[in-house]
Amino acid sequence: MSIEHQLEGLIRGLPSGISEGVALGTGLAEGYDFYDSALGQVIVTFNPEGVSSLDIADGFEDRYTERFGRPLIRAEAPQAWSRHIQESIERGTPGDLPVDLRSVTEFQRRVLRTTAGIPKGEVRPYGWVAYEIESPKAVRAVGSAVARNPIPLIIPCHRVVRSDGHIGNYSLGGPHNKVELLQHEGARPELLEELASHNVRVRADESTGTYHHPSCHLVRSATDVLDLRSSEVAETQGFRPCRACRPHG
Amino acid sequence: MVMEDLAIALATDLDGTFPTVVETMGSQLFWGLRRICGDHQEAEDLTQETFIRAYRALGGYDSARIREMSLRPWLWTIAMNLGRNHVRDRARRPTYVELTEAGADDPEPVDNAAWDKRLAALSGPQRAAVVLRHVVGLSIAEISETTGRPEGTVKADVHRGLARLRETIEVEK
Repeated sequence: MSIEHQLEGLIRGLPSGISEGVALGTGLAEGYDFYDSALGQVIVTFNPEGVSSLDIADGFEDRYTERFGRPLIRAEAPQAWSRHIQESIERGTPGDLPVDLRSVTEFQRRVLRTTAGIPKGEVRPYGWVAYEIESPKAVRAVGSAVARNPIPLIIPCHRVVRSDGHIGNYSLGGPHNKVELLQHEGARPELLEELASHNVRVRADESTGTYHHPSCHLVRSATDVLDLRSSEVAETQGFRPCRACRPHG
Repeated sequence: MVMEDLAIALATDLDGTFPTVVETMGSQLFWGLRRICGDHQEAEDLTQETFIRAYRALGGYDSARIREMSLRPWLWTIAMNLGRNHVRDRARRPTYVELTEAGADDPEPVDNAAWDKRLAALSGPQRAAVVLRHVVGLSIAEISETTGRPEGTVKADVHRGLARLRETIEVEK
């Protein structure tokens, strides 16, 4: 056999994994992998832009297909992200982890970025988020943006509560999961519910002269606490808003 | 699908057609790279990266330009450029999946070790020229475009490379 002929015969099949690697690397498909969370096993999807969604493992594929409709490939997240993902789930904030929020509108992205900054163990009402993004009247739109959060736990929408202070609804498996998550991170949801049912919106610390969201870590250990109906009442009594939790909305 | 049709399909539906590009050209690209670089894992990485770069580049081209493209030499130009920079970049790139050795059930398996040895005896440009001409099947003009070397030089590289391979195989006997 001539050497040219032998050379021509050297092409074989494409090694398995390359097509999938290309699909993931181009973003034509998204990768998914399993992680642990306070709510049990969850699935995180990712593409070259970042983490794109998180859902509880049970029934994941159907919900993903209905909402995002992209091809999925079981894969390990890029090495630089995989440890970050587990940490972000545990801390309830993206931190340095890149997140891909292209599946929601610009308004919803603003809501979710603000939500991402709520500290662990604290909650904020929808109205507060609306105020923070300079759309104070868009409380309902904030509510639906939070409900559409594609990356719950990592973007901690469980820390956004009803404007009357009650814990309210939760997209990731229902309201009991929200209570469980808040309990897990020390936000004392039963206390928050009780304050809400007594129409308490802010708590003022007489020793510092500041008023706070009831869950603010700075008022938690205070001893001389006044429970008040609104920030307006607090202002008329001469209290200043806390700089950390910004209790305006 | 012939190459011209593939370019036209890509021009109208990049995302829908790109997997077909990978299917159509993946094995040529991989096995060509495998012979040129002599390393299975590196050839897999280069193949994957070539397609990813190609996809990103195509996303920035208008459809008239894509329609006119000669996909094969264009992809090989990307691959050869990547190959040159590959060792330097390797540490930075994310690896997505565990890749496995293919061809376990091949009825006529390629003696990779033997071919690695034979081709290692050629100079780098000779090896690339011989593989691109006779394994992949690019024309001399396309190889010149792909490697940036003049056609006369490419022709001489193919010629000398083949002669060297013949000698090596004679010695083996």
